[in-house]
Amino acid sequence: MSDLLRSYLTVAIFGAAAVLMAFAMFGVARILRPQRPTPQKLIAYESGVDPVGSDWTQSQIRYYVFAVLFVLFDVEAVFIFPWATRLEVYALFGLVEMAIFIFILVLGLFYAWRKGVLRWV
Amino acid sequence: MPPLDELFDETFAAPGVDWWVLVPQIILVGAALGLLLVASLTPRALPAWASTIVTIATGAATAITAAIQWTDWGSAPRSTLAGAFVSDGFSLLITVLVGAGVVMTALVAHSALDRYAMAPPEFAALLLASAAGAVVMAGANDLIVLFLGLESLSIALYVLIALAGRRASARESAMKYFVLGAFSSAFFLYGIALVYGATGGTNLSGISEFLFGTVRDNDYLLLAGVALLLVGLGFKIAAVPFHFWAPDVYEGAPSPVTGYLASIAKAAGFAALARVLYVAVFQQGTAWSPIIVALAFASLSVGAVMAICQSDVKRMLAFSSISHAGFVLVGLAAVSPDIVDGLWTNFAGSVGAAADLGDGVSSAVFYLVVYSFMALGSFAVLSAVVGSSTDPDDGTSRHDLSRYSGLARRRPVLALAFAVLLLAQAGVPLTAGFVAKFEVIRAAVGEGIYVLAAVAMVTAVVSAFAYLRVVLAMYAPEGAAAAADDAPTARVSRPRWGDLPLTTVLAIALAVAVTLVVGVLPQTLLEWSADAALSIFP
Repeated sequence: MSDLLRSYLTVAIFGAAAVLMAFAMFGVARILRPQRPTPQKLIAYESGVDPVGSDWTQSQIRYYVFAVLFVLFDVEAVFIFPWATRLEVYALFGLVEMAIFIFILVLGLFYAWRKGVLRWV
Repeated sequence: MPPLDELFDETFAAPGVDWWVLVPQIILVGAALGLLLVASLTPRALPAWASTIVTIATGAATAITAAIQWTDWGSAPRSTLAGAFVSDGFSLLITVLVGAGVVMTALVAHSALDRYAMAPPEFAALLLASAAGAVVMAGANDLIVLFLGLESLSIALYVLIALAGRRASARESAMKYFVLGAFSSAFFLYGIALVYGATGGTNLSGISEFLFGTVRDNDYLLLAGVALLLVGLGFKIAAVPFHFWAPDVYEGAPSPVTGYLASIAKAAGFAALARVLYVAVFQQGTAWSPIIVALAFASLSVGAVMAICQSDVKRMLAFSSISHAGFVLVGLAAVSPDIVDGLWTNFAGSVGAAADLGDGVSSAVFYLVVYSFMALGSFAVLSAVVGSSTDPDDGTSRHDLSRYSGLARRRPVLALAFAVLLLAQAGVPLTAGFVAKFEVIRAAVGEGIYVLAAVAMVTAVVSAFAYLRVVLAMYAPEGAAAAADDAPTARVSRPRWGDLPLTTVLAIALAVAVTLVVGVLPQTLLEWSADAALSIFP
C-alpha cells in the first residue's frame, strides 16, 4: 500500500468509528427505553407546526429566476474574494482580468434585465 | 510561525500570453458577446438575416485565421498561458473544421429558425459560444482547460436544443442531453482528480514527462483516472456503451442543431481524446489501446446493426454516426505495444518513431473531417425535406422513411444530393467516405489489428444496407405517403431556389462538393491530416 493510501486509512478508520458510535448510542437507547408508541409522539414537538398535506407542494416558478441569478452572483463572489485579498500581488494584470470577468457577468445581467427576466410578473 | 503577511510574501508572475495564438477563440467569444449585447440593446428583435450574416462571418473569420496561422507557423506547437493551451497543426485543423461547421450550421438554421420558433440572436450567440468551447478543446494542453472547453461546448449545446422548446420533443431531448451530459462531466472531473493524484499535474505534457521519467510501483490510480476520462469523452463522441443518449437527443433536436451535434461536438470530443491519449498518457498505450479497440468494436457493430433496424431516417443517421465514431476509434486504436516501447527508448524529441505512428491518428483526423461534412450535409437535407412539406397527421414520425419515398420524383436535385451523401457515408468509391474508410482500415492493418479491420469492413457493408434503403425509397417509382407531401407551402418572404431556402441549398451544395472533391482528389487533405496528426506527438 502506498503512502498516499495509508494516510487515507486514518480517514477510513475515523469514519467507521463515527458510524459505529452512532449505531451504538441508538442501540443502547433502544434497549434501555420503555416502548409506548402513541400517534401524538409522531407529530412536531411543542412549538412546531402540524404537517398539512403531502410534501410534494409546488412553489412559485418566479423564485427560480432569482435562485439562478443568486447562484450567478454567488459564484462571482467566490472568484472575487480571493482576488480581492491578494489585489496588490496580482497588480494590473489581475485588475484587467477581473474587469473582463465582471464585464462578461454584467453583460449577462444586462441581457436578463432587457429581456424582462427581473420583472416580477 | 511567521506572521501571515510574510507567509504570503510572494510575487505573482502573470503567465506569458501569446495573444496571436488565441485569436480564433477571441473572435468567437467576442462575436457571441457582441451579438448578445446588440440583441439586448436594440428595442426590436434583431432580424434573422443579421445574426446569420454575423455568424457566417465569424465562422469564416475563425477558419481563415486558423488557416493563416497554420501556413505562417507551420505545424510546430506554440504553447501559451504557461503551457495550458497549445496551437499546433492538429488544433488548427480542428479549428478550421469548427469554423466551417459553424458556417454550414448557420446556413441550414437560417430558414429553420422560424419553424422552430428559435430567437435568431440567441441561437447565433449560443452556436458561437459552443464553437469557442470546441476550439478550446482542440488546443487544450491541460486537463482543466480541456474541461473548461468541454463545458462551454456542452452547456451551450443543451440550451441550443432547448431553444426550440416549443416542441415537446426538443424539450425532452435537451433534458436527456443535459442530465446525461452533466453525469459524464462528473465522470470526467473525477478522472482529472485521479490523474492529478497519480501524476501530480494536470498539464498534458507534464503528465507525459512524469510518466516517462519516473519509476512507479503501480499505476492503479492513474489507470482508474484514465478510465474515467475515457467515460467522459466516450459520452461526447457517443461511443458504445456510452451512446444511449445519442439517438433520442439527435431525434428530438432541431435538424440543424443535430447536424452540429453529430459533427462538430463529436470532432471536438475526438480532438480532446486524441490529445489525452497520445500526449498525456501515451506511455500507458499498452493499457488503453485494448479499451479503444473494444470501444471501436462495440461502436461499429452496435451502430451498424441498430441503423438497419430504424424506420426513422433521423434515428438511422444517429446510429450511423455511432458507427462512424467506431471508425474514427479504429484509427485512434492503431497503436501497437512495440511503438510505445520504441518511443520509450528514444523519448524526448525523436520524430523517427513518431513518423510511423502518425498513421492511425492521421487517418482518424481525415475521417473526422470528411465525416463532419457528410453529417452536416445529411442533416441539412433532412431539414430541407421537413421544412418543405407539411407535418404528418397520421401519427408517423416527421422523418419516417415513408416520407422520403418518391423524393426523387418531387425534388430530383435534393434527392440526388442526399443519395451522394448517403453513398459517401456507406463508403462508395469516388466519394470521400471511401477514402476515409480505406485509410482507417489501412492504418489498423498496418498496426496488425486485423480482427478490428475485418470487423470494420463487415460493418461497413452492414450499414450500407441502411443507407441504400433510404436511397432506394427515394428513387422508388410510387411512394405510399407521397401524395400528402405534394402540397407546397406558401412562403414567399425569403429568397428561394425552387421552393427550397437558398441558404440550405448552399450548405448542402458545399457538403456535396467537399464529399466529391475529396473523394476524387484526397491527396491534399491526406497531407494536411498527416501533418496535423504528427504535430500532436511530443
